[in-house]
Amino acid sequence: MAVAGASPTAGPGPDDAPSSGRDRLRRAATTAVFLGPALVLLGVWVVYPTVRTIVRSFFDRDGSSFVGLDNYESIFTTDTLVTALQNNALWVAIVPAFITAIGLIFAVLTERIRWQVAFRTAVFMPMAISLFAAGVIWRIMLDKDPERGAVNASISAVQDAFGPAGVLERAQPSTPRLRGSTTSGFVLATPIRAGDHALLGLTAIPPAQVPPDATQAAVPRAGPGAVTGAVWRDFRPGGGRPGVVERGEQGIPGATVELREGDRVVATTTTQDDGGFRFEDVGGGTYRVAIAKETFAAPFTGVSWLGPKLITPSVMFAYIWVWAGFSMVIIAAGLSSISREVLEAARTDGATEWQVFRRVTAPMLAPVLSVVFITMIINVLKVFDIILSVAPASSQDDANVIALAMWRTSFGGVNDFGLGSAIAVFLLLLVLPVLALNIRRFRREQ
Amino acid sequence: MAARIGAATRRAPLQILLAVVALLWLVPTIGLFLTSLMPPDLISAEGWWKIFSQPSLATFDNYRAVFDDQDLMTALWTTVQIAVGNTVLLVLVSAMAGYAFAWLPFPGRDPLFVVVIALLVVPLQTALIPIFSLYQTTGLFDTVLGLVLFHTAFGLPFGIFLMRNFFIGIPKDLLESARIDGASELTIFFRLVLPLGLPAIASLAIFQFLWTWNDLLVALTFGRETQPITVAVFTQLRQFGGNIELIAPASFISLAIPLAVFFAFQRYFAQGLLAGSVK
Repeated sequence: MAVAGASPTAGPGPDDAPSSGRDRLRRAATTAVFLGPALVLLGVWVVYPTVRTIVRSFFDRDGSSFVGLDNYESIFTTDTLVTALQNNALWVAIVPAFITAIGLIFAVLTERIRWQVAFRTAVFMPMAISLFAAGVIWRIMLDKDPERGAVNASISAVQDAFGPAGVLERAQPSTPRLRGSTTSGFVLATPIRAGDHALLGLTAIPPAQVPPDATQAAVPRAGPGAVTGAVWRDFRPGGGRPGVVERGEQGIPGATVELREGDRVVATTTTQDDGGFRFEDVGGGTYRVAIAKETFAAPFTGVSWLGPKLITPSVMFAYIWVWAGFSMVIIAAGLSSISREVLEAARTDGATEWQVFRRVTAPMLAPVLSVVFITMIINVLKVFDIILSVAPASSQDDANVIALAMWRTSFGGVNDFGLGSAIAVFLLLLVLPVLALNIRRFRREQ
Repeated sequence: MAARIGAATRRAPLQILLAVVALLWLVPTIGLFLTSLMPPDLISAEGWWKIFSQPSLATFDNYRAVFDDQDLMTALWTTVQIAVGNTVLLVLVSAMAGYAFAWLPFPGRDPLFVVVIALLVVPLQTALIPIFSLYQTTGLFDTVLGLVLFHTAFGLPFGIFLMRNFFIGIPKDLLESARIDGASELTIFFRLVLPLGLPAIASLAIFQFLWTWNDLLVALTFGRETQPITVAVFTQLRQFGGNIELIAPASFISLAIPLAVFFAFQRYFAQGLLAGSVK
């Protein structure tokens, strides 16, 4: 994808001028003026340090004694470094493929809309922002607290719409007749028929957790064909008798109560402010009554995106957000160079849009796709800034990657230049295949 | 007409889908901006979307605090120096070298260019440790010049590659006739080649400006007092939570300038990407 156009063989050959000694000297001087600054900079800042780093990697932390391959062995035996290798492997396996696919999808879809420039600008914009600032942006977006982090706030809104939080967070049955747990719900072991009372007493509820509109607990009067009962806080200052609704004990409003026949739930209802509930027109069979687990559904406290478990996927997500625009722009340029006539011809022959894409567009795009993919592999191997800004200090060990490990080992407190050099050389080795690929491509163009 | 409406409605789902995607892509940046407008006492308790329901909350107090913060202002100025200095130096050095590789015959030209291409992918991590030691002994450590030289050297392989490939497309006759007229190579370069190369130079300049403006790694390694804005914000970020009223506006300022450059020169930026996607 170099700037295409001119043939690279156009330079004047060395044979076009019969040159005298002075002439040659002047030409050498000219060349030195043009090339000198670049060669000095590349020599001193790129080539020399690279050689130096390779040599340094065989010496210990202060460079005083030769240690052979010990530093390289440490890369594979030090815990944080092994994590870095594993994470980087994940990065390479997941991120370039995602970025290429998203870029392809966006490039193809935007071909069909009028406002493609606006769309592409929006998606491309993060490319101008530093990866570090992009990381700050996502650190704010991914905050665990749904009051502050937009991502968790969105999840919280969706979850509230489908299953609101329960009225209690935890509780225990007050008698052995009530069995189960807050995660499965509590079932009353006693079989219940129409006309019976079902007393579902709970204890171990912190006073602060009793819903504010709770009143003195009461059991609704029994009636023919009805099952009545109460869910209440079976505790009052001084104790009280378990399993009996007494003065001073509060009902639990808003609890979900199920009427079950065998394992099947035949009816559900919600308790009143006094904890009372009533199932009308119950048939002749025997039933069980249960406090449903929804009563104890925990309120959403936020996914810990920046915690140790999810930090790597979170950083990857932010990274994809940044680089999708790059992929889209490159692929869109490749797409626009595909001849319209070829596509039209395929359509005229009766190919469906999908067939045109599979059989014509995709194969013609293959070289562009591979360029994007390879570029992203190199970038992903060197990922650094965005991890420092997305991951809080507490998760940085879990988000570690090779480039970050290299920096932390060399400059971030450990100050082991031997091991740091070995990690840098390891990184260099990983990009060598791409280096070979570039040279081969250049040779072919010649 | 009816057919056109039909086509438009058939595309409606696609339009809506893409509109949602574009919006999702914009939301995080907008979120940072709105966060920076939250009053300092609310910023760590409330999400930025509260501003939609209470627009009166928005305030520029945080920005005032940033502009009053001497350290951050110094950092901003340092960033400008590094980015501009590096961009000018890099463009000049790579254009000259690119011209030499394209049009000056010298022995070993092609093998040398292969070396340049090989250096394209060398990770700058490979150079950090030796240059760190070198800077310590030469006094370049913690200086703007030290950072500029490092960035320039690592920008060169791409710069030379880009300029050489562009210059090689200049018609040979143009250069030959200038030579016959007796113009020196330097005259040809500054009068003829550089003006012709402006599109490529613009791409390279924008690319490099954004790259150095956005750098964290190099400045973090070779600077202590010489801090660009990324490092200054990073220092604040280490105590994240308490001082987000400083981090959010400072981050937004640090990305507003690249964004402005991006919107002003979007075309050249995209061209640079296309040319450089072997990097």
